[in-house]
Amino acid sequence: MTMNKLLTAVIALLATQVALAGVKIEHWTSSAGARVYFVESRGLPILDVQVDFAAGSMFDPAGKSGLAALTRATLDLGAGKLDETAIAEQMADIGANLGGSADTDRASVALRTLSAKDKREPALAILRSVLHHPVFDAAIFDREKARTIAALKEAMTRPDSIAGKAFWAAMYPDHPYGRQATPESVATLTRDDLAAFHARYYTAANASITLVGDISRRDAEQIANAIAAGLPKGETISLPAAPRAPKGQLTALAHPASQAHIYIGLPAIERGNPDFFPLLVGNYTLGGGGFVSRLMKEVRDQRGYAYSVYSHFAPLRQTGPFQIGLQTKRSQAKDAIKVARDVLDAFLKGGPSDEELAAAKANLTGSFPLRLDSNKKILDNVAVIGFFGLPLDYLDQYQARVQAVTADDIKAAFARRVRPADLVTVTVAAD
Amino acid sequence: MHLRHLVPVLLAPWLLSAALANPYETTLANGLRVIVKEDHRAPTAVHMVWYRIGSMDEVDGASGVAHVLEHMMFKGTPNVGPGEFNKRVAAAGGRDNAFTSRDYTAYFQQVPKEKLDDMMALEADRMRHLNVDAKEFAQEIKVVMEERRMRTDDNPQSKLFEQMNAAAFQSHPYRRPIIGWMNDLETMTAADAKAWYDTWYVPNNAYVVISGDVDHQQVFAMAEKHYGALDGRPLPQRKPQIEPRQEGPRRISVKAPAELPVLIMGYKAPILRDIDRDSEPYALEMLAAILDGHDAARFNKKLVREDKVALSVGIDYDNTARGPGMLYLHGTPSEGRTVAELEAALRAEIARIQQDGVSPAELKRAKAQLLASQVYKLDSMFGQAMEIGQIEASGLSYKKLDRMLEKLQKVTAAEVQAVARKYFNDDALTVGVLDPQPLDGKARRPAAAVRH
Repeated sequence: MTMNKLLTAVIALLATQVALAGVKIEHWTSSAGARVYFVESRGLPILDVQVDFAAGSMFDPAGKSGLAALTRATLDLGAGKLDETAIAEQMADIGANLGGSADTDRASVALRTLSAKDKREPALAILRSVLHHPVFDAAIFDREKARTIAALKEAMTRPDSIAGKAFWAAMYPDHPYGRQATPESVATLTRDDLAAFHARYYTAANASITLVGDISRRDAEQIANAIAAGLPKGETISLPAAPRAPKGQLTALAHPASQAHIYIGLPAIERGNPDFFPLLVGNYTLGGGGFVSRLMKEVRDQRGYAYSVYSHFAPLRQTGPFQIGLQTKRSQAKDAIKVARDVLDAFLKGGPSDEELAAAKANLTGSFPLRLDSNKKILDNVAVIGFFGLPLDYLDQYQARVQAVTADDIKAAFARRVRPADLVTVTVAAD
Repeated sequence: MHLRHLVPVLLAPWLLSAALANPYETTLANGLRVIVKEDHRAPTAVHMVWYRIGSMDEVDGASGVAHVLEHMMFKGTPNVGPGEFNKRVAAAGGRDNAFTSRDYTAYFQQVPKEKLDDMMALEADRMRHLNVDAKEFAQEIKVVMEERRMRTDDNPQSKLFEQMNAAAFQSHPYRRPIIGWMNDLETMTAADAKAWYDTWYVPNNAYVVISGDVDHQQVFAMAEKHYGALDGRPLPQRKPQIEPRQEGPRRISVKAPAELPVLIMGYKAPILRDIDRDSEPYALEMLAAILDGHDAARFNKKLVREDKVALSVGIDYDNTARGPGMLYLHGTPSEGRTVAELEAALRAEIARIQQDGVSPAELKRAKAQLLASQVYKLDSMFGQAMEIGQIEASGLSYKKLDRMLEKLQKVTAAEVQAVARKYFNDDALTVGVLDPQPLDGKARRPAAAVRH
């Protein structure tokens, strides 16, 4: 069958599909010990496979910040018998995409391929090779290290990057979340550091595998088993000591930019904590609800201080941040900070009004189908559930959990999590 | 249902004809076109209103007004107060936003499918009944200036791109930035925005695109109910403003606080005007894929990985637009290498194709990637509506999207070589260089980057 006929056929299939609500997650542990999450989705001839390891920057050894990121970045640049060119060319030949990245908690390797056997099998073979037998070639390592250092130097000239790095450093003075890769820390890394990091963290015990798409449960089991079986067995990784509350402080950094970049926040909540739902619902009114939030109304609509202003909670494996962010003309930075703080203080004191609470719930529950209307979105959600060990019925319960939140729950959760005296403020280019 | 059952499905004639009709289209009496792409995988819908009006329709002294009006569209009508639009979309569980380009201005909502009717009511209301209130304008113009500071003034790459286009185009309005020059924003009035709205926001200058779990007949009836009563009006004539032929290379540089230099080489290039008859825009698209379609494509393999002359390098070419086309090569030299060396290396790669052509394997690979990407595109409701909206905005028909794919699949190696010879021509070249400056104003290292 030619690809054009295939496309026509795919469109014909779509015309006959009936919309399904909800996502049925199948979960098991592979024979090698990796956690597996599978959602069968037959609407399109696509298969997504994402393998997540607890191998983010929080595991960078002291003085070697940047190791997790560089390990992930060089993972698919040569594996087994394939050099970096062969990997990229063979993936392109079958129209498959290999991606992924590393953040503070997770290192991800993600494959999207057509689900037909003659496409998915070679794609999966390359994926396994990359996970099991990365070469970390010395010359490629040197090249990627130089590129990383150059990118870090460039980031150190950007007001937003400078502000972001300083913000995390101020929030997490004693925790790896606050340590940033620098040109100096990356310069100390060696090829052997990468190989050792890979051997320790890219293991079956430390992996969650998420599959979404046009395959059967039996195929999913085989695929996941083959991925997990080639990984070292490994052991569950112990986490660093939990972050402590920082001391409230202001960091003001100079920069010639026309706009000041401003962050206000503190470490607030970890994944899976029951305070999450009251914070989510409350923050919708404060600064999460886009154009209808209080911060947007006061800072942008009423005063024209900023194009973008928001607040959010970013729960991580360990205590992740609450943050307010905005950018404004440098001469009015102090005024804008005052408005943002006043909005926050009023919210902490009074919580949402009845009308605001109802609006928040209406949006968060009503928009739920939009969170799951593509394979890609289902993959993202299920991978988070799997990686952080959230309940399998998390998505099924989501709307009810939102509905159950009261204004008192919100005030109590905010009082526990957002303590004004502990807030750190970072400005770059503020007059 | 599964792809294994493909053949029986294809043999079911009633099903096939139904499928081939999707997307569906109707035109209301006032000239508004409504295009519906049914996709029943999830109970959501995307509603988009596209106006055939963008920054290229602005005049000198009023740059940015198309985008400012886009902001003002959320500021209320006699029936829907300021800020109320966003509030109602949010209450419906929806997400909404808008975007302005050189060629068009578009507004969208993503909603649970039951809410489509409410969204149409809102969009129809503001299509003809917007208040452009002077007080709201005074606040919003400040927001747009902050947006300009964030996106352009403090972003060295954006600034370089802005200056590049101002140099590459002298007559055609593509020379002006979409966000507008700062001084034009400073002097813009509510009356300017109102005049723009009154001139261009009419149903016969718009089309509606809907994708999602909807029935097209019901959507057509809904569109008639909400949009049908709005009056159309003749539009002013638009002048072509054809860019005079460029007759020699142009070079500009921009100094800005940064660490790394950036090089952009922009060549005037053709745009797809006739999907059936044109051939060069397809060949240029395949050329771009061969140079930069994957991590081991020519540019990255040779310049970043093997020769290490660049930290990154790429090519941008969009062959659909209302105005003239450009093909951009861009990159950042590695530490210790200069912009001049990078330019020479890029030129050498182009010369290699001009002399030796491309291999059958490279061409086949680019075509395979293109086809797979067509399947992946179907995973996004939003993406499907965007594709229809954008092709229509450029003056082509979504009905020919399949034909475009066919034409791309038929591109030959000889055609790729021919367009490389024809369009990488120094007389049609504009070169832009970002000359990085230290943050503290003191010289940090010799400015080896710029060689004019």
